[in-house]
Amino acid sequence: MKPAQQFKTQATVMTHDLHHRELIHTALSKYEAVRDQSKAAYQDWQAARQAAAEAKWEAVNHLDEYLVEFSNKLEARGTKVHWASTGLQAKEIILGIIREKKARSIVKSKAMTSEEIHLNEALAEEGFEVVESDLGEFIVQLRKEPPYHIVFPAMHLTRGEISELFARELGSAPTQSPEELTMIARRVLRQKYIRADIGFTGANFAVAETGMISITENEGNARLTAALPKVMISLLGIEKVVPRLEDLALLLPMLSTIGTGQPLTCYNSFYGGPRQPGEPDGPDEFHVVLLDNRRTELLADGEQRDALHCIRCGGCLNVCPIFRNVGGHTYHTTYSGPIGSVITPHLRGLQEWKHLSFASSLCGACTETCPVKINLHHHLLHNRRNAARQKPSMFEKVAFKLFAFVINRPSLYRSSKRAGRLLQIFHPLVKGTRFDPAYAWTKTRDLPPIARQTFKEYWRQRS
Amino acid sequence: MTITLFVPCFVDLMFPNVAISMVRILERLGHKVECPGEIACCGQPAYNSGYWDEARTVAVKVLEHLEGSEAIVIGSGSCGAMLHVFYAELFAATAYERQAKALAKKCYEFSDFLVTKLGVTDLGARFPAKVTFHDGCHGLRELGAFKQPRQLLSNVKELELVEMGEQVCCGFGGTFAAKFPMISTAMGEVKCSLAQKTGAEYIVSNDSSCLMHIQGLLTRQGSRMKTIHLAEVLANG
Repeated sequence: MKPAQQFKTQATVMTHDLHHRELIHTALSKYEAVRDQSKAAYQDWQAARQAAAEAKWEAVNHLDEYLVEFSNKLEARGTKVHWASTGLQAKEIILGIIREKKARSIVKSKAMTSEEIHLNEALAEEGFEVVESDLGEFIVQLRKEPPYHIVFPAMHLTRGEISELFARELGSAPTQSPEELTMIARRVLRQKYIRADIGFTGANFAVAETGMISITENEGNARLTAALPKVMISLLGIEKVVPRLEDLALLLPMLSTIGTGQPLTCYNSFYGGPRQPGEPDGPDEFHVVLLDNRRTELLADGEQRDALHCIRCGGCLNVCPIFRNVGGHTYHTTYSGPIGSVITPHLRGLQEWKHLSFASSLCGACTETCPVKINLHHHLLHNRRNAARQKPSMFEKVAFKLFAFVINRPSLYRSSKRAGRLLQIFHPLVKGTRFDPAYAWTKTRDLPPIARQTFKEYWRQRS
Repeated sequence: MTITLFVPCFVDLMFPNVAISMVRILERLGHKVECPGEIACCGQPAYNSGYWDEARTVAVKVLEHLEGSEAIVIGSGSCGAMLHVFYAELFAATAYERQAKALAKKCYEFSDFLVTKLGVTDLGARFPAKVTFHDGCHGLRELGAFKQPRQLLSNVKELELVEMGEQVCCGFGGTFAAKFPMISTAMGEVKCSLAQKTGAEYIVSNDSSCLMHIQGLLTRQGSRMKTIHLAEVLANG
């Protein structure tokens, strides 16, 4: 099935799933309450957004310099930096390291970039054991499904469903207690950390000035992933770079404020290289894989380049009424919600993914919430324009030409009103049925009739 | 002041009373109202669908006919945003760029025009009902009309305003409503249930396009709740 058809089919199912609607609404209402509390701590949230956007703007517009600086600083402390143009290359680099180390098991902390390049599938195919250590990711991995949301991977599941899953997959006793469920996962995961040969992470930021990656988390799983195994591999998109360490004084709290509603997440760690002489812990080897995977195409698009500001906070998903009604899996993309609808056509092909840019009421809640001021809903319009320009639908092209022709000719517009009035006499015969030309609307909604006297008719009569 | 009323196509066709109410209010305040018969639409359907050339064909006429206007007032945040925000982008790097930017400066959403430009918040209206207010997304986010309609409603006698628990889109979105009717309807259902929770008799808005969608759903649901445009409330006296 083509992605557009798949989206529509699944959206039809999901929009009728009132249990899902309620579940997501409840979860996000709690999120909104704490997010607003955290936001209220800022003296001037709008000024903070501006400063954050400027820091990312500077990084993205000088990517060539900052990436090299980041790489040089890291290598100076013994890190091996790899550059991957495509997802395939990134997978080969990572598999190459794993094979060379004769590793068998890999423990991972949350990394959307690894979802993007389908790393887990590639590793499993080669017979490696891969375990997701973030609780939400651990849950969806057990269910053999992709994350539902870029920050809350398992937000679509109830405690009961997780308990059943653990009972089935891990043999644990059923429980409704979140603490007990966490302890069940923890008991399994602790053993994995100890046995793992490779620790794999993503990164939230890459600091050029100091040559460090920054990882934000709440569970401490990324710390264990980085601290215990002998080899650490981090995969990050090239847009993760920020110029200065100081920039994170703003970006880290903003990421958590919008991401989870916390003033700051529980753990924020920096990794600047393998274990140095005299240091008590850390990996013997540290590999950083920088991933392009068509991000440079976005960089080349001056109009939409700011989409590379994205810090993957998920804030736009949380406020998006489309996301809230269709759910994360309906998109069939790594990045869902407004940011996914904007960037997926660039990353995976405009014609195949343009439907996501049309599946929006353009309400702008995404743009309003974005901490780094990406002009999200306007970019949906840009994608629509680019798609129509590149490959117009003949039907729509003719329809809009006709529309423009009629609108620009007052007498023709008046005649079409009269024609419309005549036609609507017969409308009740087909209203809400498949034969109704307005079926897409009238299936669920009434349509008001053309007024007996339109305003323009009233105005002509008056003057 | 001579005020040019821009009457969007759907207001002209289906909600003439909204524009008539606006005329009454503006004339009562002592202004001259004109309404050019040559323009019927801002071109947003074509623009939002990606057909910018066709949108420009319509929008050029709008630019030409409104060039000499002193102030342009629009009773729909969505069409208002088209003229105020999107024309500049539509005509960027064309011969009409300057004209589009000049037009943007004198375009006002109705409630914003009354409150910000004319400094009027009390129109002596009376509307004995419990109402809730729906913010059209374009009016709210592109044009910043949040306080203005509420200030106007606060001075309407015997009117009780109850806010909805959340600020969400009604799901209309122009062609989106026809292209993805299942999502649009689900969003509308969320909106209607938020409005119904307030116990209001009316949903008031400064955008008839949203109200067309909301009313369409309410009627189909058999709800007794009604929708009404802000101008109609304010003209009631």
